[in-house]
Amino acid sequence: MTMPFYVPPEQQMKDRAEFARKGISRGRSLVACQYLDGILFVAENLSNTLRKISEIYDRIAFAGVGKYNEFDQLRQAGVRAADLKGYQYARDDVDARSLANQYAQMMGHIFTHDQKPLEVEILVAEIGYEASQDRLFHILYDGTVMDESRFSVLGGDADPISERMNASFSAGATLSAALKACAQSLSGPDKTLAAVDLEVAVIERGDNRRCFRRIEAIEATSLMG
Amino acid sequence: MSMPYFTPSQDPGANFQELLSRVGLVPRTVQGQSIIDIPHATTCVAVTYQDGVVMAGDRRATAGNLISHRDMEKVVQADTYSGVGIAGAAGPAMEMIKLFQLQLEHYEKMEGQQLSLEGKANQLSTMVRANLPSAMQGLGVVPIFGGFEPRQSKGRLWDYDMTGGRYEEREFVAIGSGSLHAGTVIKIGWRAQMTKSDAVSLVCRALWEAADADSATGGPDVMRGIYPIVAAISQDGWVPVPDDELAQVFESIIAQVRSR
Repeated sequence: MTMPFYVPPEQQMKDRAEFARKGISRGRSLVACQYLDGILFVAENLSNTLRKISEIYDRIAFAGVGKYNEFDQLRQAGVRAADLKGYQYARDDVDARSLANQYAQMMGHIFTHDQKPLEVEILVAEIGYEASQDRLFHILYDGTVMDESRFSVLGGDADPISERMNASFSAGATLSAALKACAQSLSGPDKTLAAVDLEVAVIERGDNRRCFRRIEAIEATSLMG
Repeated sequence: MSMPYFTPSQDPGANFQELLSRVGLVPRTVQGQSIIDIPHATTCVAVTYQDGVVMAGDRRATAGNLISHRDMEKVVQADTYSGVGIAGAAGPAMEMIKLFQLQLEHYEKMEGQQLSLEGKANQLSTMVRANLPSAMQGLGVVPIFGGFEPRQSKGRLWDYDMTGGRYEEREFVAIGSGSLHAGTVIKIGWRAQMTKSDAVSLVCRALWEAADADSATGGPDVMRGIYPIVAAISQDGWVPVPDDELAQVFESIIAQVRSR
């Protein structure tokens, strides 16, 4: 009978984290930021059908980077949790904080108990009735939740993109200005991303119950022009 | 409640009702005697016109011979391009509408695109069929479904029976206790390619005659300012007809009736 090798838990966690980070850094990054009327999401995405940004509920959106099938499964779980809660109680009772906590629990559990950790980072964002009530919950592969303000950067190149975002972000920017800032931060000095390379969506304060809206390439091009 | 996360073989997909049963939120069917004195909702009609469909429903709910609600909304928007009207036991009917609206939105979010109009009509059929055991106890629900078909750029209508049977109608539908009178008025007045205002007048007249002959159907309540729900579904989506317009339509109906 063979004896399993003893691996100290510290090493095990470190290996898992490294594995997850490697997986995430292979994908392209994503930025979300507050703008005048809500929250804007911009992702580098060559596909027009496999989405990184999607609607969860009336005022809540989801964004994911890393392995598509894994964050899409998380997205579906989020839609289910939100719709079930809204059905059982009321639409107003569905909130991003509770969703983020549920995600964190699930991702933390998978990180420690499953064969392999999830190679994803996700963002659960919610617009309030005023900008001060906007929420950005950034959740890592191991279940770490970060309550961020102003903007969030997800993905492998997060640090340089964050620096560029820090420099170009201004509170209360128009959609056009915010989109330009996000696109430039994602691009960096070496490359330039055009509207067709980007997936763009917003959750915007307005009269509609469902606040999520995709901004297709044509509209994005004119906004960035 | 923990986050609903399923293995591929257990995954309910975009089906919200299946999801409800997976997490144990479906009520059990009640056995025993039929219940009769619960609120019932009554007459709903729908007609096709040149740009789409006009749907209308009165506001009264009755329990036996008593009026239980005067401002019920039996005709509601299902999603951007469709609406649903309902007759039968009010409780299960409202629950069915709520679940139907949720199912359409849930599907759209899960799949990233809307169901086709035919798919929505079929979905409603499944829900009516699932209600059959309750229908046998007197809690029957019969809906009508109407919507705008963007591919053919026209309105389409369906009616149902209690077993979930689904029938597409080309001209008009009337359901509920006043449907005999309402349906006859529409049958006589319906013309192909009607304008919106003609279609609105016709459905109002149909509801008027239904209310005149059927005690379970409510007419326009001028004293309280409660008018039937009337809405048009066309390329512009679901557009309700405002009460002041309906007030004018009913005034002219009253004038016609007076001058007979």
